[in-house]
Amino acid sequence: MADLVTLPQTPGSRPARRRTGAGGARRSSAHSLNPRLRRHLSAYGFLIGGVLCFALFSWYPMVREFIMSFQKSQLGVTSWAGLANYRRIFNDPTFWTAWRNTLEFTLLALLFGFAVPFFVAILLNELRHAKGYLRCLVYLPVMLPPASALLLFAYFYDPTYGLFNDILHTLHLPTSQWVLSPGTRWPTAAMISVVIAATWMNMGGATLIYLAALQNIPGELYEAAELDGAGLFRKIRYVTIPQTKLILSMLLMLQIIATMQMFVEAFILDGGQGVNNNTESVVYLIYQYAFAMSSASNFNAAAALGVVLLVVLGIFSGGYVWLTRTRDHLSRPRS
Amino acid sequence: MADTYARSLISPAQLNRARSKIVYRIVLTAVIVIFTLVFIGPLYFLFTDGLKSTQEAIATPPTLYPHHLHPSSYVRAWNEFSLGRLLLNTLYYAFGALAFQLVFDVAAAYSLSRLRPALGNVILAMMVATLMIPAMVLIVPLYITVANLPIVHINLIGSPAAIWLPSVANGFNIYLLKRFFDSIPVELTQAAAVDGASPMRTLRSIIIPISRPILAVVSIFSLVAVWKDFLWPLLVEGGYNPPRETLNVGIWVASQTAPENMVLAASAIAAVPTVVFFLIFQRNILAGLTAGGIRG
Repeated sequence: MADLVTLPQTPGSRPARRRTGAGGARRSSAHSLNPRLRRHLSAYGFLIGGVLCFALFSWYPMVREFIMSFQKSQLGVTSWAGLANYRRIFNDPTFWTAWRNTLEFTLLALLFGFAVPFFVAILLNELRHAKGYLRCLVYLPVMLPPASALLLFAYFYDPTYGLFNDILHTLHLPTSQWVLSPGTRWPTAAMISVVIAATWMNMGGATLIYLAALQNIPGELYEAAELDGAGLFRKIRYVTIPQTKLILSMLLMLQIIATMQMFVEAFILDGGQGVNNNTESVVYLIYQYAFAMSSASNFNAAAALGVVLLVVLGIFSGGYVWLTRTRDHLSRPRS
Repeated sequence: MADTYARSLISPAQLNRARSKIVYRIVLTAVIVIFTLVFIGPLYFLFTDGLKSTQEAIATPPTLYPHHLHPSSYVRAWNEFSLGRLLLNTLYYAFGALAFQLVFDVAAAYSLSRLRPALGNVILAMMVATLMIPAMVLIVPLYITVANLPIVHINLIGSPAAIWLPSVANGFNIYLLKRFFDSIPVELTQAAAVDGASPMRTLRSIIIPISRPILAVVSIFSLVAVWKDFLWPLLVEGGYNPPRETLNVGIWVASQTAPENMVLAASAIAAVPTVVFFLIFQRNILAGLTAGGIRG
């Protein structure tokens, strides 16, 4: 610790002079003011910038969203609308399509984006060479501007001149329309294409977090498992997975929340809707309501949609907190 | 971490057997080859396809390398999409947001951790609770708020503040910083107080020098977040001439009308700064990712 605490090296005379000068004056003024009040005031002074930003750009918009969702606005006059906005979005057939698609994306993204990084991390953790290189490789796409990566994938996905169809063609496999596939039956080729691009872009983060978790597993556990005659898969099943359970469940939750907000992937790959609305997500619908329907743009209906999404995500994270709490409670005596 | 040997799934004894060594070599080579193809392969096409002519870029079947080099599409993309300006915009927004976050979030976390004002815990809980609210959900009311700030009635749309100020409301920063400040021994700040240091002086001379690692993590995440954000900069900075968008948004706008080889050239140019940034700071970025906790 001691070597961390190196105060900035300043010439010896200056700090001493300042301490007696300015410090002395401050001490005398401190006597005139109640010191506790003074302490609180200076604490609030440090806090005020952060609190103002949170209030304006986080807390207030949240309250505002709820209020807006029950209002309507016509020619600049705002009045209460009761549940009209909610009725409107529930009666919109795209609402249900968007939820179905979002759910489909979330499930597929978990299949790819949750399981693949875990096994990649296990694989990388076993290798004794080229560690730094492989880690950099996996994380590199995460650093790219998403538009660069997605425009590149849109180019690869092109049905006529794209690289992917060329590869399939060379291997004598049936080619695909990729993101432009018209199908709407689960799992749609369009959504799988979106998920592949999203996984390529984002898997680095999860992989490296898993890798760190794997390195924290005490080696004795594997040795004990070997003495008990466990093979490779049993070691994964009974040592690796239980030991990383906490981080696995946390990433699972964060990933569900992140994927349910899917927007930019489909927006850049196919304009957001896809063919027959088969990649239209809930956040894209919010965007459409608020900003894209130029004549009928409706912030209030968009806010109602936001509230619905917020409630669903809230149920997810609330459920996670509740589940992990009880599980912790139950598992503590055992481990 | 790299060389201190800790055993993993497969035991070292097993790995030292002659047959295992061969299997290990094969697996290692396969992993290196496959990973290079999967992660560098697309980047190869990103950079070379921009060198093709417009016809070659949309030729069927696609060519694996540019048969005729057209470096001019890079130059044209740079000029026609004013990529230089977009790059400057992005840097301006990213470093501005970083400055605001460092000043306000560090001060707030310091106050909550050390100065402990009345109701500090309530404020902290409310700040950290915003982590549970996904950004996309609030995009509409946030847009309306930024377009007409309550009480003062200022419209921030189109100004850099529309990106800078909302970036300060980041519960993750507060959580990371406060947790780190809490771990600094109280004796240090008390000793400073005994020597007559004001809270500001303590922050400057003791807290900040000790906190460099966590400040690096927060800085990197905040720069990358502005760099990668899409919908928010599109909404608040989109549609101006000369452009006020970030690179990430600007190349998408350009892709709506431009031919394929120009789009790829622009995407490649936009990727260069982040790749360079990553190669320079990869150690900090990879360490920060795991030390700083989790961020999707």
